[in-house]
Amino acid sequence: MIKVPTPKMRWWEKIYLFEIVRGLCVTMGHLIRNIFVQKNIYTHQWPEEPKPLFPRLKARHRLTRRDDGTPKCTACYCCQTVCPAYCIHIVAEESPDGFVEKRPKQFEIDILRCVFCGYCVEACPEDAIRMDTGDAVIVSNHREDFILDLKFLLNGKGTEWRRSRRFEDHTIARPPATFGE
Amino acid sequence: MPDGLVTLIKACCVLAFQMILVVVLIWFERKGAAYIQDRTGPNRAEIFGIRLAGLVHPVADVLKLVFKEEITPPHVRKFYFRLAPIVSLMVALLPLAVIPFADILPGDGGGFSFQTLNLNVGILYILAVSSFGVFGIIFAGWGSNNKYSMLGGMRASAQMISYELAMGLSIVGVLMVYGTLELNEMVRYQGGLLWGFLPRWGIFVQPIAAILFMTAAFAESNRNPFDLPEGESEIVGFHVEYSSMKFACFFVGEYGHIVVVSSIFTALFLGGWQIPWLPTPVLRENAGFATAALLLFGVVGGVVFAGLFGKWRGRLHELYTDRRKNEGQVWMICAAAIAVICAVILLAGFWRGLSPQGSLITAAVVQIICFMAKVVLVSFFFIWVRWTLPRFRYDQLMSLGWKNLVPLAIFNILITGFILLGVG
Repeated sequence: MIKVPTPKMRWWEKIYLFEIVRGLCVTMGHLIRNIFVQKNIYTHQWPEEPKPLFPRLKARHRLTRRDDGTPKCTACYCCQTVCPAYCIHIVAEESPDGFVEKRPKQFEIDILRCVFCGYCVEACPEDAIRMDTGDAVIVSNHREDFILDLKFLLNGKGTEWRRSRRFEDHTIARPPATFGE
Repeated sequence: MPDGLVTLIKACCVLAFQMILVVVLIWFERKGAAYIQDRTGPNRAEIFGIRLAGLVHPVADVLKLVFKEEITPPHVRKFYFRLAPIVSLMVALLPLAVIPFADILPGDGGGFSFQTLNLNVGILYILAVSSFGVFGIIFAGWGSNNKYSMLGGMRASAQMISYELAMGLSIVGVLMVYGTLELNEMVRYQGGLLWGFLPRWGIFVQPIAAILFMTAAFAESNRNPFDLPEGESEIVGFHVEYSSMKFACFFVGEYGHIVVVSSIFTALFLGGWQIPWLPTPVLRENAGFATAALLLFGVVGGVVFAGLFGKWRGRLHELYTDRRKNEGQVWMICAAAIAVICAVILLAGFWRGLSPQGSLITAAVVQIICFMAKVVLVSFFFIWVRWTLPRFRYDQLMSLGWKNLVPLAIFNILITGFILLGVG
């Protein structure tokens, strides 16, 4: 058993009055400082000031495109297979360009079922699905609106980073590290 | 005017003062707590975009509490259950009746006193009424017919009774010095000077009594270091079974009690309506100067605040796109209007001067303002302490009350007696 020694109090600490005054000074200092200089207040005035999101936040998905504008997705079902929440539903069709075999006819994500684990992004061999929209607040009054279809995933708004002042230095704009340099 | 009507008007004014101060105190509590803890505090409720830095929130609170469903649980003892909030609120409202807000205006028939009730046993009346606070809590605890309420009520009443004693004894020392029970006389006594330079306030004449009274007052009004009756974060208090307006009665009673206790403290120890180094006759002679100073203060303050609000207006326009952005403008115009009005009155006053009747009334107004300022400051002290000190444990509370405060109060009486005998 460890005995933590109680610090012995001096006489002015024992009568408690001077310590009260000291404590009062501390709180008054905070009060005055926060009235005149609002810099130290931690409260975030959401939604007027957007909350700074970490760039690596796993937010709403999006599907990426090739240079010619067609979706990168080849409908390989990797993401649908790996999804622990069974929220991805893909219907494939034959791709007309002769370069890849398949393309998605339907690509639906039920965002209400999604657990935002990010396995789909890891599983994707084509870098076709990403969770980098920064769209963390997805609101609607209707259940159907939460099933995101192919069109929305390709074009949906909010694909820009919500860059924050605090995290600006570590955005993905940094060039990737390469081996052998 | 008949005396009854005058008394009624006075009572209404005092009640209005107390209720407004309760609202302001709730605002102090939230906003002050927020700033002390490095938060922003309430700033969302608005009326046409005007948020008054969160002062609209208490109004919203009241509306919510009024329109909330009133639930009387089936198992309560109905009579006591309904009596308790009434008693609690009454006890908080009654003592202000004998508090003097300004010096007596000379005139026929004893003049006009700024007290609702001119009792010659004022302080005894206050002690008597405030002891009834225990009944409100006991009734609530017993009437709720619930073991936790019951325990809470018992705890609260035990605390209040033990601190009542210390409070009464601490006042005894003050009474020995002042030699009167009438509050206005006490305040008038404090107008003199101590050793030629210090205002003869109770806090300088009887420092131990002041500290004891303050401590006991905290316990009496169930404020933080002694807020075991309520203990919102840990323990169940006496008002668990209450809802809506009945709960609000306890709530308003608590804040009203703060106002009462600060008024008593101001009257007994901080010189009441006395302005330091400015006794009433001097003030009445120089009422013109006092008015001019007040108006000048209004002008300067109005201009300064108009500038500040103008700055703030820019920031609001950056932050908001809805109607909230106009608030800075509204306040800027208000401050400027106050400055202009004060300036106009000031200039008009230079032409006209003050009549003798006018100077009397001006002196009274200045004293009322002084008294209210003191009460607000002391009330703020209550809130300040709440967000500084941790809560006492129950045994610590009892031992502080019985083993420290009561002996100290008796010691204070003894010392005061000796000194009074020595001084003669």
